[in-house]
Amino acid sequence: MGHIVISGLNKQFINRRKTKREDDIAPFGQVVPVLEDINIEIEDGEMVCFLGPSGCGKSTLMRIVAGFDRQSSGSVMIDGKEITGPSSDNIFVFQHSGLLPWMTVSQNVELGLRHMENAHEKCEKIQEYIEMVELEGFEDHYPHQLSGGMLRRAELARALVVNPDILIMDEPFSGLDFLTHMKLREEVVNMHQFLGKTILIVTHDIDDALVMGDRVIVFSRRPSQIKLNRKLDFSHPRNFFKKDTELAKLRDELFFMLGVNYAV
Amino acid sequence: MNSVFAHRIAPFLSFTVLALLWEAAVRFAGLDSHVLPGPSQVFHSMIELIKDGSIFKHTVASLFRVTAGFYLAAMLGIPLGIVLGRSHIASLLFNPIIHFLRPISPLAWIPLAMLWFGIGDKPAVFLIFLASFFPIVVSTTVAVQSINPTFFHVAANFDFSRMEVLQKIVIPAIVPAIITALRLTVTIAWIVVVAAEMIAVQSGLGYLILDARNGLRLDQVMNGMIVIGLIGILLDWIMRRLGQIDSAAWGIRQP
Repeated sequence: MGHIVISGLNKQFINRRKTKREDDIAPFGQVVPVLEDINIEIEDGEMVCFLGPSGCGKSTLMRIVAGFDRQSSGSVMIDGKEITGPSSDNIFVFQHSGLLPWMTVSQNVELGLRHMENAHEKCEKIQEYIEMVELEGFEDHYPHQLSGGMLRRAELARALVVNPDILIMDEPFSGLDFLTHMKLREEVVNMHQFLGKTILIVTHDIDDALVMGDRVIVFSRRPSQIKLNRKLDFSHPRNFFKKDTELAKLRDELFFMLGVNYAV
Repeated sequence: MNSVFAHRIAPFLSFTVLALLWEAAVRFAGLDSHVLPGPSQVFHSMIELIKDGSIFKHTVASLFRVTAGFYLAAMLGIPLGIVLGRSHIASLLFNPIIHFLRPISPLAWIPLAMLWFGIGDKPAVFLIFLASFFPIVVSTTVAVQSINPTFFHVAANFDFSRMEVLQKIVIPAIVPAIITALRLTVTIAWIVVVAAEMIAVQSGLGYLILDARNGLRLDQVMNGMIVIGLIGILLDWIMRRLGQIDSAAWGIRQP
């Protein structure tokens, strides 16, 4: 199960950066509010895409849901229970370099299965997930021997093999070339339809959000509040190149909302 | 040029040129053989030292001390470095002491070492231990502190125990840095052993050099130096091979 209720969540941090940056909001040592009164309810099996300007706290929210970080106030309940820390029930898929570089692909995938006693079953399961992400033949490769797209896939396999309730993906496609990006996006959508897990995706790509999400949530600038929380009841595959569809209109609206006046 | 050929031949070439220059310097400078013995004279006395076995005895004695002191330093230094790298409070407490002791030359410890350990192998081993311990601790601490924090998040996410974090994250993550540190440290240890053997012992390459100087046998002094250099190359080569083991190098082939 992966039913998430975020209510009245606030997050502040203390600015510890001594050298000032242009867009700094607070002087050194002062409290910076990042997230303000966030209320979200996510259904089990929903794929929710989070959009927002950079530095708005999307990733911070994800880290709180994953249990890596604590909120300043408010609560995050997963299946009715307050989160206390990281757990293998909700796996965080890192932006990059989440694979342990000293382990081969299959050793990395094995991390979530290391308590399984039956060695034969374990091997089969590892193989099953490696095949699911189409990495067969690369089991004994080290991460540095793989391309960017393959790294993301291996990490996805490692996350899925523990059968988590929730997958949290922080900009899963950043840094990939265009075609790999498209292909991986398609695979994540297929995987979601097939496995039906709750997936939270942080992205800065509006098209990703519109193509993938069951829902899109848009954050404002820091201190972030929810600007838009909208269900996307469109069937897959989605196409917004046809003008005047509702999706195309929404796309223009989102671009406008995020400061791009004409989505050219 | 063929690279294998180059790798095999080039060192011989440079050593040959060095020997020729040395010979030429001796001949044309007209220096007395008590001031600068030529290569042939040194070569002959080397054969002498090999024949009576003393060069082996001294080399083994030195290698034993270096090995003992170095292993001791690694066995205590690496765990301490891991603790200092992982625990903020431990590093606040111990780092000042380590950085205070670190710049004190091991040779400054000679008087104390002799008082505490008497004469024989023990003070020499102690000095080598001191020379290797601090570089190993500091490199380990730095290596642990520079582990990508994402890996600890991954560990937490997959419910790792503290032991598993150590075994699966910390140790493999620092292995390449540790091997580099050991490679540099073993050279320092080897430098210090010669100095350490000039006190309070009756064997070892340092003793050989000191003894030969007292007997005005500069050819044997140079033999001592040559053997030290050759063993130094050998030690470095061994450490480098260690760094090339697949699992230690994360499967990355290092030159």
